[in-house]
Amino acid sequence: MSGKPRLTYCNGRGRMEPVRWLLAAAGVEFEEVFLETREQYEKLIKDGVLMFQQVPLVEIDGMKMVQTRAILSYIAGKYNLYGKDLKERALIDMYVEGITDLMQMILVFPFSPPEAKEKNLDSIKDRAINRYFPVFEKVLKHGQDFLVGNKFSWADVQLIEAILAVEEKIPAVLSGFPQLQAFKIRMSNMPTIKKFLQPGSPRKPPPDECYIETVLKIFKK
Amino acid sequence: MAGKPKLHYTKGRGKMESIRWLLAAAGVEFEEEFIETKEDLEKLRNDGSLLFQQVPMVEIDGMKMVQTRAILSYIAAKIDMYVEGTTDLMGMIMYLPFQPADTKEKNLALIIERVTTRYFPVYEKALKDHGHDYLVGNKLSWADIHLLEAILMAEECKPDILSAFPLLQAFKGRTSNIPTIKKFLQPGSQRKPPADEKFVAVVRKIFNI
Repeated sequence: MSGKPRLTYCNGRGRMEPVRWLLAAAGVEFEEVFLETREQYEKLIKDGVLMFQQVPLVEIDGMKMVQTRAILSYIAGKYNLYGKDLKERALIDMYVEGITDLMQMILVFPFSPPEAKEKNLDSIKDRAINRYFPVFEKVLKHGQDFLVGNKFSWADVQLIEAILAVEEKIPAVLSGFPQLQAFKIRMSNMPTIKKFLQPGSPRKPPPDECYIETVLKIFKK
Repeated sequence: MAGKPKLHYTKGRGKMESIRWLLAAAGVEFEEEFIETKEDLEKLRNDGSLLFQQVPMVEIDGMKMVQTRAILSYIAAKIDMYVEGTTDLMGMIMYLPFQPADTKEKNLALIIERVTTRYFPVYEKALKDHGHDYLVGNKLSWADIHLLEAILMAEECKPDILSAFPLLQAFKGRTSNIPTIKKFLQPGSQRKPPADEKFVAVVRKIFNI
């Protein structure tokens, strides 16, 4: 591989965070370019670097990849985090897609108007507790350490990211889910993930006012 | 594939249509079970057939698969095709009938703008650059099927939307004539019509939206 993957995005979680997680979990070092002004973004577009004029952008293996899911899929396949065969891949895809729906709610939350925030938070809590977490609690009940094929995969990385993100908003959310609590501890102690969870890693903090302002400034039409 | 895939969804396009397209273009016969009432959906949920309580659901190879992208990916891999997405665009078009009347016109204008300035130019250029009949590797792939579906949906929004894209016009003509696709485009196939008032009402009732 010619050099490290290079990520271009705002200096915050957004849609790039799952990519940072997956690369980190795979033990892959990467570089980051942060978009801070509208001019930077417009230059990228003018240079023809963004296929659909959007970020995330990940330069990897000679490609300028866009579209988060395509990027994650490529990384998962490359680093053997995508199951051992097509059926395991299908299972990983299902789990990841479901979790992504939940993460999408969290992603847009900071940008919702103040009067809608309480309702949206309730929605997140309801979906996490009643729709998504029960599924994975049940999968893990069989006494395995990982979600698919008893081997560490993209699905495990996506789930631990989601658990931590939801807990930031709803601290006691895992209280009815003993398997997920154990899963969270196990994952957090895996060497690559443990490193990612320490201060100074590329992991980004939750969005704050300043981040929201920057994003709106760069992308608002 | 062992036995025919069975699709569970409402009797309209929605998120299942891309799956119907892919199966049809690949010449794979499939069965459909339509959700017509709220009770139908409840039954599927209570049977534990829906992993995240949502449809589309496709019974295939002994699995009850959910999540559209996962399903498409599995099918494409099995038939040795692969994918690039026009999903964002089709998502916008799909939700249009469900928008309140006062924002519909604005959203339609936005869709047309996105299609003509963001999406179609990319595919027009790809076809121009390599001069082949198909988008990738000069062989039919999911990317071509998805693009044809997107073109036809966009034309339903604005009939002359391809006017500035001669290569896409030629692409549309060629791809529509592929036997399996031609068959799918004929009346009586499993292709669904665009959402009408009646369909919107049924969906709202079943899913409580």
